[in-house]
Amino acid sequence: MSLLIKLLAQRIALGLVLLFMVSVLIFAGTMILPGDVAQSILGQSATPEALANMRRDLGLNDPPLQRYFSWLGGFLQGDLGTALTSGQDIAESLGKRLGNTLFLAFWAAIISVPLAITLGLIAVRYRERWPDKMISAVTLASISVPEFLIAYIAIFFVSVRLRWAPSVTTIHDGMSLGEKLHTISLPVAVLTLVVLAHMMRMTRAAILNVMQSAYIETAELKGLRMFNIIWKHAFPNSVAPIVNVVMLNMAYLVVGVVVIEVVFTYPGMGQYLVDHVSKRDIPVVQACGLIFAAVYIGLNMIADIVSILANPRLRHPK
Amino acid sequence: MSEPLVKVRDLKIGATVYPPGEKPHDIEIVHGVSFELAPGKVLGLIGESGAGKSTIGLASMAYGRGGVKITGGEVWVNGRDILKSNLGDVRSLRGGEVTYVSQSAAASFNPAKQIMDQVTEASIRHGKFSKKDAEARAVELFRKLGLPDPENIGTRYPHQVSGGQLQRCMTALALCPEPDLVVFDEPTTALDVTTQIDVLMAIKEAIRDTGVAALYITHDLAVVAQVSDDILVLKMGDMVEYGSVDQIINDPQEDYTKALVSVRSIDHQEKVATSEPVLKVEHITARYKGTNFDVLHDVNVELHPGQTLAVVGESGSGKSTLARVITGLLPPRGGNVHFAGRDLSAALGGRSREDLRELQMIYQMADVAMNPRQTVGTIIGRPLEFYFGLKGAEKQKRILELLEEIEMGEGFIDRYPAELSGGQKQRVCIARALAAKPKLIICDEVTSALDPLVADGILKLLLDLQKVEDVAYLFITHDLATVKAIADSIAVMYQGKVVRYGGKTDVLSPPFDDYTDLLLSSVPEMKLGWLEEVIANRKMESAGN
Amino acid sequence: MRIPIAALIGLFFTSLYFIVAIFAPWIAPYGMAEIVSPDIWAPSSAEFLLGTDNLGRDLLSRMIYGGRTTIFIATAATILSFATGSILGFLAAVLGGWADQLMSRFVDLLMSIPSLIFALVVLSVVPVTVTVLIIVMGLLDSTRVYRLARAVAVDINVMDYVEAAKLRGEGRKWIIFREILPNALSPLVAEMGLRFIFMVLFVSTLSFLGLGVQPPQADWGGIVKENADGIVYGIGAALYPAVAIATLAISVNLVADWVLNRTTSLKGGRG
Repeated sequence: MSLLIKLLAQRIALGLVLLFMVSVLIFAGTMILPGDVAQSILGQSATPEALANMRRDLGLNDPPLQRYFSWLGGFLQGDLGTALTSGQDIAESLGKRLGNTLFLAFWAAIISVPLAITLGLIAVRYRERWPDKMISAVTLASISVPEFLIAYIAIFFVSVRLRWAPSVTTIHDGMSLGEKLHTISLPVAVLTLVVLAHMMRMTRAAILNVMQSAYIETAELKGLRMFNIIWKHAFPNSVAPIVNVVMLNMAYLVVGVVVIEVVFTYPGMGQYLVDHVSKRDIPVVQACGLIFAAVYIGLNMIADIVSILANPRLRHPK
Repeated sequence: MSEPLVKVRDLKIGATVYPPGEKPHDIEIVHGVSFELAPGKVLGLIGESGAGKSTIGLASMAYGRGGVKITGGEVWVNGRDILKSNLGDVRSLRGGEVTYVSQSAAASFNPAKQIMDQVTEASIRHGKFSKKDAEARAVELFRKLGLPDPENIGTRYPHQVSGGQLQRCMTALALCPEPDLVVFDEPTTALDVTTQIDVLMAIKEAIRDTGVAALYITHDLAVVAQVSDDILVLKMGDMVEYGSVDQIINDPQEDYTKALVSVRSIDHQEKVATSEPVLKVEHITARYKGTNFDVLHDVNVELHPGQTLAVVGESGSGKSTLARVITGLLPPRGGNVHFAGRDLSAALGGRSREDLRELQMIYQMADVAMNPRQTVGTIIGRPLEFYFGLKGAEKQKRILELLEEIEMGEGFIDRYPAELSGGQKQRVCIARALAAKPKLIICDEVTSALDPLVADGILKLLLDLQKVEDVAYLFITHDLATVKAIADSIAVMYQGKVVRYGGKTDVLSPPFDDYTDLLLSSVPEMKLGWLEEVIANRKMESAGN
Repeated sequence: MRIPIAALIGLFFTSLYFIVAIFAPWIAPYGMAEIVSPDIWAPSSAEFLLGTDNLGRDLLSRMIYGGRTTIFIATAATILSFATGSILGFLAAVLGGWADQLMSRFVDLLMSIPSLIFALVVLSVVPVTVTVLIIVMGLLDSTRVYRLARAVAVDINVMDYVEAAKLRGEGRKWIIFREILPNALSPLVAEMGLRFIFMVLFVSTLSFLGLGVQPPQADWGGIVKENADGIVYGIGAALYPAVAIATLAISVNLVADWVLNRTTSLKGGRG
């Protein structure tokens, strides 16, 4: 048992170290790179005094290390600073938007995960036959088109031609869950489609890998029924790789959300980030970047932890 | 005479092949094989790789692995043609009437489930026993097969028991549902020789006690001679000879069978050392980076010019590590290597080009020892160019001479390794080593991956070349038959130490130390009743103690 | 040697796109930013094959020039990514030790942030020009090439034939160029196709978000952004780039598949 705990502790520690290094990277990246932040906010026509004031307000005159630790310290206490462009508290605006983004991602995940696994199983069951070939053709097509284009194609046909769902998806607290779900139906559908292809392909590969093991042949030669072979022998060994696939795709979903929110003008974190990148609002970009990276690192960490936990060699040491 | 349990008539099996650059097409891999097996009897299926023996074994369960399809003939089991049976019927056959023991138990057990569940699963699913009775029977089988702690071993997971034990668990799995027939597919091939004999004994006794019939598939005639009543010799999907075990071993009719029976009977007289040794390994102690135990402890051996020192041992004995130390790939912690009258630098980087040239190496897997994107000509030509600066026609001439020496024609010069057979690949590796005109060649298990007849050819070639080139061999192997065929002196290694060392005759003559005794008595001999003799001897010894 | 139909189709369309990109000024019927019609979002006609865009520019010309920009940026970024990633990856595999550790851990760090998010963070502080885009995309993506090149080279580096070359006394140059490189080529070439497609998607996404190619210069992502408003009125101008990107991506995929098959089959004989 001790080896298991040691490995888990190592993996979690690695995640934390990574997160710390990412915060350094994001902070240093937004600072060291060419271009004066104050200049870019105020534009070329800014007077020297205005620039100097701006630099002072931004704390650009402090030593870098001090600025980093005060930024990180604030971050850990939930103080993300204020947005340069609007002067609003970032934590406040971000909190609500993070909730909205998670709401969108949650529904996309709820639909796409079972669907992808089912389709992956179907692809394995009918391997090299038409359902499998069709699934891989659709996969190839859908990974060949960027997310935002899939979104526009969906809007063009579903929203404009068929008028089934709204194309602008503003949600607010006053709406009931049903109204909210109807509003976000199209972005959820598009996000599902975007991650579905990857998840299906990876699920198919993971299950095929297990199905080709010698112990599956042993089960077949025991005269077991297909259902029993899959349920008793393939499934326990597929859990870890499938959870892995799901987590990696959830991480991918987090990135997909950014673009989809812009297309549907959905009030989430992605849209917030993109808006403020164009406005060169550094504190907002730093905060959003770090949160996205943290979610991404966290999901990857969960994937690894599940693989460690599911490994019978580690669960039942010699 | 009773009705046969299994009756195979004119069995034909095909497979789809996917050659690169061509359209996939079907080929026939078994061309009409017929045999019969009476209840309680054992038939040995023997042949080299590609003979179709495993495919035939699985056909008796109406199963084709991968793209393999049974294309013709009849397979009668218990009075019905299973190739014409429906799926439900085939299912009750598999795991009920006929069961299977594979070569690699480690891969054939589900890593996520306890051994007991897997051993009893078929019996319970087919309604042969209740869960309680099946488990009681499994424990009984564990005991019969000599597994330690038979009451509790079932609660373990596959990775928690050793390879030899797992192979016995697999036998228990096959015997648990009281089948009429067990297919043993090379069940001892992956095991060390001292482990193999235990498993072999266990299988033999289990077959005898339960009265089950068996198909025993192997490439090793000496092994199959110990357990079978009849033997069917196969070659490239054709039947070569079919007869009783006594007839096949003592009076083989076909040339191919004769060759298989007389394999490894090269008569090699021990040479006497005449001059200073070319290699002196003194007090070598070594360990791998990042570990905290020595894989080699104070190893001392000598090798004289033009002679062969066989380093023999089982997996984990440190024999391959010794080769890495001598070549400089693993600098030792202590001791030194004295070669051709000089001390060799411990690390590869410190050795001169002359050191490297005079000490060559041949590997076990010829496939990966040659760059797949170089032609045979480039592979053999590079050492000529590198060490002797040969170019153009001169190089070409020397390459052709070398090809001649390894008994391959000039037609091979432009071939790629993938176009060669296993034996040809190993020959090219030998030519590459010879091209450097070395004083010593280290041969690391060079015949282990080859079929017996091909391996024999390689050994004969090496012996012939030794006479012509006066080169010394350090021959690393786990196979005692190879040792007897080629060695002048022998070092027996066990757990990183040389436990016995000297001239071949001395090492192989009593009195023995315990380990060498065990090792020598475990090597199957091509004679009937050998296994019984060993079992009887060991029982007597343990009774005497 | 026979080329399979699928690969032929892929080759045909891939070359078509590249030819159109190279000769855009001669092929496009109108100028890139030239306003040619008073009608915005005019339907397709003999005069304007794909109609006009949100400012009354010829959409076909925009698409042709846009393809030129997109393909140029993607190609340049792919080359940069490959040059950096494979050289460092091979070096890490052959050197081993701390140099390998240092580079590999740094790459792990870079890859722990999603590329799009990373690119957005960087683009928030630097001026967005074509050069900057190429450098940012190329370097971010070189982490993936590095991982692949290193993994392939490490696999080959432990092969017995490489050990045999080392025991022969061959230098590092021979080992990298004669033993490792010929065997690493096919997975790398196939990966190059996939990276190129990814770059096309990446630059289009950035332009769509307004952080890539800046107007009035045309590129496929930008065309979508400019004409997105038309969608709500049922005008499909923004969807043409979808067709262009998808066909290009699929064609390159087909070619990459064929290259991978052909080179791996070479390993198993010269048939």
